[in-house]
Amino acid sequence: MSILILAEHDGQALKPATRRVVGAASSWTLPADVLVVGSQAVAREAAQLAGIRQVLHLECDAVPVAEELAPLLVELMHEHSVLLAAHSSLARDVLPRAAALLDVAMIGDAVRITGPASYVRPMYAGRLLAKVDSRDAIQVVTVRAPLFTPVGDAPAVPIQTLPALTGSATTRRIAANQQVSERPQLASARVVVSGGRALGEQFDTLLAPLAETLGAALGATRAAVDAGFAANELQVGQTGIVVAPGIYLAVGLSGAAQHLAGMSDSDVIVAINQDPDAPIFKVADYGLVGNLFETVPAVTRAIRQLQERQA
Amino acid sequence: MKILVAIKRVLDANVPVRIRADGLDVEISGARMSINPFDEVALEEAVRLKECGSASEVLAVALGAAVNQDILRHALALGADRAVQVEAPAGLQPLGVAKLLQAVVAREQPDLVLIGKQAVDDDAGQEGQMLAALLGWPQATFVSALQIENQALQAVREVDGGTETLALPLPAVVTADLRLNEPRFIKLPSLMLARKKPIEALSADALGVDLAPRLSVKALSEPPARGAGRLVADAAELVECLQIEGRRLEIKELS
Ligand SMILES: Cc1cc2nc3c(=O)[nH]c(=O)nc-3n(C[C@H](O)[C@H](O)[C@H](O)COP(=O)(O)OP(=O)(O)OC[C@H]3O[C@@H](n4cnc5c(N)ncnc54)[C@H](O)[C@@H]3O)c2cc1C
Ligand SMILES: Nc1ncnc2c1ncn2[C@@H]1O[C@H](COP(=O)(O)O)[C@@H](O)[C@H]1O
Repeated sequence: MSILILAEHDGQALKPATRRVVGAASSWTLPADVLVVGSQAVAREAAQLAGIRQVLHLECDAVPVAEELAPLLVELMHEHSVLLAAHSSLARDVLPRAAALLDVAMIGDAVRITGPASYVRPMYAGRLLAKVDSRDAIQVVTVRAPLFTPVGDAPAVPIQTLPALTGSATTRRIAANQQVSERPQLASARVVVSGGRALGEQFDTLLAPLAETLGAALGATRAAVDAGFAANELQVGQTGIVVAPGIYLAVGLSGAAQHLAGMSDSDVIVAINQDPDAPIFKVADYGLVGNLFETVPAVTRAIRQLQERQA
Repeated sequence: MKILVAIKRVLDANVPVRIRADGLDVEISGARMSINPFDEVALEEAVRLKECGSASEVLAVALGAAVNQDILRHALALGADRAVQVEAPAGLQPLGVAKLLQAVVAREQPDLVLIGKQAVDDDAGQEGQMLAALLGWPQATFVSALQIENQALQAVREVDGGTETLALPLPAVVTADLRLNEPRFIKLPSLMLARKKPIEALSADALGVDLAPRLSVKALSEPPARGAGRLVADAAELVECLQIEGRRLEIKELS
């Protein structure tokens, strides 16, 4: 049998997470096919992913809604035994639907694959890890992509074109609003500068220059988002995005379990907080106790000076 | 229009999580339990739809042991008209829950199923999508704004990197994100009133649903603790440390 990987892209290019999901697929010793629902260009890019057998390509402008995409996945699973994707909003929407149609369980957000049907996944906002075995003949799995090693490029494999969908969905997408930013994507950035409620109205004026000097993405706590200081899509945590960058700079945030759920796998965690007892210091590799309104500009200035000296 | 809201009783999000002695589940005896926060939001939305005249009845459904009564009372106090408690064995899994809910939907014939986007214990986030699949209904997941007009829904969904808006016909399944609304504070008179509202008891056996577990939990553990960190004196020292780590991680801006 074989693996079917649902590729993710932004319309033009593959998302970095897809390379990591292909990396995760090597946990099984099975051939892997990559499904691209999107443009020719994305299919051609996917065909060069190292280690895959072929690309299955369904050409379309916008990814179909779950109601339509799930039956396609189900049909393709006649010839595959593992359905694999990143734990993204797309997969979280469509994979459970496909799993139920297949009458199998789904394993969500796997952080390790320990056997052909064995996984480790977080529960309780990452406060526990569960080792789970599945008894189903078909495995439907999403993985926490940042924790898996990405594959590189290889000579292109064949692309098999799939017939167009019949357009049976009763659901219509009537608007899509993707935030475009000059900064790196939060999900795949090497450095993330993340702010909490304490930033207040100065969230952007204080953190954007720091993020810029570091080539970092911006992140935020739910409290900062709910208060309107930061945009929705910046939320990191149990109910936001999960990141695992090289460096995570946590500024003016307390380190609630629900926030840690989204960033505690970062390589290096740096915390700036005025309260020495803030829980974030328990997970931080480096901590600076102090008022962020003074320390953040000071850190930004010091990094700039360093960069100017080196230039 | 009738709305069915499924609610789950979970360990309160603010209390510590302890592993049970057998290592296979979480110790909940004696711990503070609450209605899953996302389900409270879903219920609040259903009650608001009723208050603005879009819905005529709100039904709260809990699946699990009889101790679910406390959260059903909470749901009735929040504004549900009646409640159904489906007694089921411990250790229900998402697919089993979806099949039980499918059976309840067949009995109750709601026009809309509104549930939480995820339960904060298992963090599965699968129920709504699985139920929609079994019913063959359209779905809108992770919804942060909802409108109903002429037997159709308009839902704003939170997706990676932004939002999108879906239009879908009823009946449908909608899963609520926390940002959909801010649940009201329950006042004493509502609590009193809730005592008079009916809670119907059903049993999973009677619904004839296959609940055979598909997954087995082999062990629970706490994630490895991160090593002790180091406090730095000032911004200059912090930047030195950042630079060292930046070099190690080959981050251009810091090396
Ligand atoms: C079901 C559920 C899901 C949730 N999901 C998420 C999620 O996905 N992501 C998330 O982040 N949260 C989530 N939360 C919320 C979470 O529990 C916390 O409430 C939230 O993370 C707190 O945000 P915060 O750290 O910004 O604010 P606070 O906890 O208020 O912390 C502010 C911090 O700033 C410090 N501070 C104040 N002034 C200064 C200053 N001048 N200089 C330096 N430091 C200062 C304070 O000491 C404090 O530690 C969820 C909650 C629930 C119930
Ligand atoms: N035992 C249960 N009883 C009632 N509702 C449930 C139960 N389990 C899950 N749900 C519903 O399904 C949603 C998603 O749960 P999950 O897929 O387990 O994260 C929850 O927010 C509830 O609305």
